[in-house]
Amino acid sequence: MIKKIGFKLILAVGITTIVTVGVYSYYNIQSQNEVLLSEVERHANQLSETVKKSTRYDMLANRRESIHNIINTIGEDNYIASVRVLNKEGEIIYSSNPNDIGLMVDKKTESCYACHAADQPLQRLSIPERTRIFKPHPDSASVMGVINPIYNEKSCWEAECHAHRPEQTVLGVLDVTISLKEVEQQITASQIKVVLYAIFAIISLSLIIALFVKRWVDKPVNELVKATNQVAVGNLNYMIKNSSKDELGSLANSFNNMTKKLSEMRMQLFQSDKLASLGQLAAGVAHEINNPLTGVLTYSSYLQKRMKDNPEVLEDLNVIVRETKRSREIVKELLDFARQSTPKKSLLDINETIDRAVAVVANQLKIIHINLEKKFDPNIPKITADGNQIQQVFLNLLVNSIDAIGENGGTITISSSIIRLSPYGITQIKNATCSNGHSLIDNKHNIEGFASIKLRANLNGNEGFIYLDPIYGKQRNHYDILVMKNHSVHLSCPECKVSLVDINQRCPECGSTRYNIIIPDNGVLEGCTRLDCHWQKWDFIDSGGKQKFVEIKFADSGCGISKENLNKIFDPFFSTKGQKGTGLGLSVIWGIIDNHDGKISVESEVGIGTTFTVRLPIGNT
Amino acid sequence: MKNKTDILLIDDEKVIIDSVHKIAGLENWTVNATEDASIALKKFDLDNYRLILCDIMMPIIDGFQFLTELKNRGIDTPVIMITGFSTNANAVKSLYQGAIDFIPKPFTVDELLCITKRGLKYGELIKNCQKSLDLNVPNGFLTIPPNYYRLGWTSWAYIENTGTVLIGATFFFTKTTGGIERIELLDVGKQIFQGDPCSVVKTEKECLYNIQSPISGKIIEKNEKLFEDIKLIENDPYREGWIYRIIPNNLEYELKFLISFSTDKS
Repeated sequence: MIKKIGFKLILAVGITTIVTVGVYSYYNIQSQNEVLLSEVERHANQLSETVKKSTRYDMLANRRESIHNIINTIGEDNYIASVRVLNKEGEIIYSSNPNDIGLMVDKKTESCYACHAADQPLQRLSIPERTRIFKPHPDSASVMGVINPIYNEKSCWEAECHAHRPEQTVLGVLDVTISLKEVEQQITASQIKVVLYAIFAIISLSLIIALFVKRWVDKPVNELVKATNQVAVGNLNYMIKNSSKDELGSLANSFNNMTKKLSEMRMQLFQSDKLASLGQLAAGVAHEINNPLTGVLTYSSYLQKRMKDNPEVLEDLNVIVRETKRSREIVKELLDFARQSTPKKSLLDINETIDRAVAVVANQLKIIHINLEKKFDPNIPKITADGNQIQQVFLNLLVNSIDAIGENGGTITISSSIIRLSPYGITQIKNATCSNGHSLIDNKHNIEGFASIKLRANLNGNEGFIYLDPIYGKQRNHYDILVMKNHSVHLSCPECKVSLVDINQRCPECGSTRYNIIIPDNGVLEGCTRLDCHWQKWDFIDSGGKQKFVEIKFADSGCGISKENLNKIFDPFFSTKGQKGTGLGLSVIWGIIDNHDGKISVESEVGIGTTFTVRLPIGNT
Repeated sequence: MKNKTDILLIDDEKVIIDSVHKIAGLENWTVNATEDASIALKKFDLDNYRLILCDIMMPIIDGFQFLTELKNRGIDTPVIMITGFSTNANAVKSLYQGAIDFIPKPFTVDELLCITKRGLKYGELIKNCQKSLDLNVPNGFLTIPPNYYRLGWTSWAYIENTGTVLIGATFFFTKTTGGIERIELLDVGKQIFQGDPCSVVKTEKECLYNIQSPISGKIIEKNEKLFEDIKLIENDPYREGWIYRIIPNNLEYELKFLISFSTDKS
């Protein structure tokens, strides 16, 4: 919980809120305090002045009783703690508290301290200096005291009582103290309010943040973690759904993309792995089986020699020898498959090859009433191919068709024709140079078995090499530098470092600069320097039009292949024939056609029939 | 021929040893067999053999290592390789390393008999040559022109000025098969591959022998004269007895597995 990213975010936001709101609240309370106290101070001064003025006349007339009355009346107010008048000697003459009258006040008490702090008593005080806040007893509420000196004036020394002489400056002090209990209560109340508000703010902010963190961070991150775990245990079909449009969303999209690619690659790897291990298996089996076969063949042919006088036994022996020789051929074919032997190519007439394959099964076709239709294009040029292998392909396809039709009869249609396909994604670049004529072809680095085009690349100062897919338009490039989205790379010749980039030309798709690679005698290959753009153009080949292929179709009216089996039929050992077939046929066919740079595809509908389409390139050679 | 066993057989498979024993019995050949090539090497100290039959794929020491070891020790007993994994690469390698022929498993009695006879004859031929003339210029009147390359002792290739290559069977081949009666040739236009049989000869004794092609290429001409006079291949194997004229596919690479006749002389 503590280690969760959401919790950490909430914690960080919470602490920030606490600090901000705390500082704000502190100064808020402080300023409220000041405002309140200054208001009280003003009020106290006013009161003090009022008392002084309202007693002035009685003072002059020396009506002591009246002064007592006024002071007592004012002192009755709850929030006024006391009203006292002190004479110059410090004796309390009037007080709202009758017990104080006649008491002497020390110079160091709060009422006197302001003026008597220094050795020589001050005679004049500014208003803020007259007020002070103190606690009469340590556990009582604070009070604010205001001292108001009563100055000598002419009317005083001319009054009838002659109590004061004219030389005196200060006659006494009016000391008013006001209780701050209520003010303090107010302050405390507002402090509580502010603290409550602060707590509320912190909690609500954290909750809101928590909510959004959960929605924008927690959920997608959890989803990503879940997806990563799924991928880790091998479920490469797991996709993150409903990704948002923010960074985490694009992370999720990248993740999906990556898993998809990974899954495709695993499929390819799996397929080639299967073929490779099958090859090893086949080689092992062939080698092992050849030894016992030698035993059978030598002993049976030995007996054959010795049994020349016994025709009956000889006949049986002939069967053994013949069948063992047949086994030998089968093992040889298995070995051929294991080696994925490079085709022994020669110029081949496709129609003739089909006829030869048909001839092998002609009898079988007659017996089970299969009607064979041939729709050959007589103008198909000879192609470079391994005649035996291609014939094996056709024969296998024919046998498959016959098996699919079964014993009830049906039709097999074989057609051949010339088709044209776009060279994009098919043509191999076999020669490429920079403008100084250095070859860019790297035989050491192959992409899907073909020598790649090696270029020096510079992306934001990162130097490295890029291996371009030599198949025009395929772009299964290999990079040994970090490729960044939306960044152009600078490309140069690995040998002479001459730039391959043409800054005057722009990619029609993304507007980045283009690279130009010279294909000797075959024009120029142009491409986009933004590696994630994948735009490529090869005018020379494009203008030559589409490439020619021979297309051979084997269509039968057989039982058809179900959808789920359709994409498995080229897998080694996949068979629907049960005991009848070994299941090697179609994967071998696939291998042969692939070796000839051709393509094989299948369409089928259960109950209607199956069509296999083989395409072989008609090369210039 | 005192103390001389006819055949030394090296194969790690019991049934092959039994088969060879049985077949050799038909011709009264003596056979000494071992399952381990390292033991076979020791046997040379005690015995002498006329012919060695050796499997390629064996544990510890394989057939190719065995051939190298023989060469190092200067043993010139002819070797015929037997293999359950017959590829043209294995064939080329065997012939290049000094084996005189190559027989894939499984074989019939006749196939083994014929090839063994040829092997034994080869041994005799070497012995006679050593007695009389230089090994590489056998038979006095047969001078070998320069620029000839051979695949083992079976076939030769001659690079013509036009870039085409003439191929044929060596003197050793025709001499060891003996009495060639008929030759089967492939059609013009066919592709042939280095190490793969490109022609089959049939002898008076009903034996069939493969001629492994020294070079891969496309046949542009076959020697029709051979059909009129088959003896040309025996009497003038390097000139009038040529077999095919081909356009080579990958001459430069394949020459690495051929031995120049001129290096033999020096």
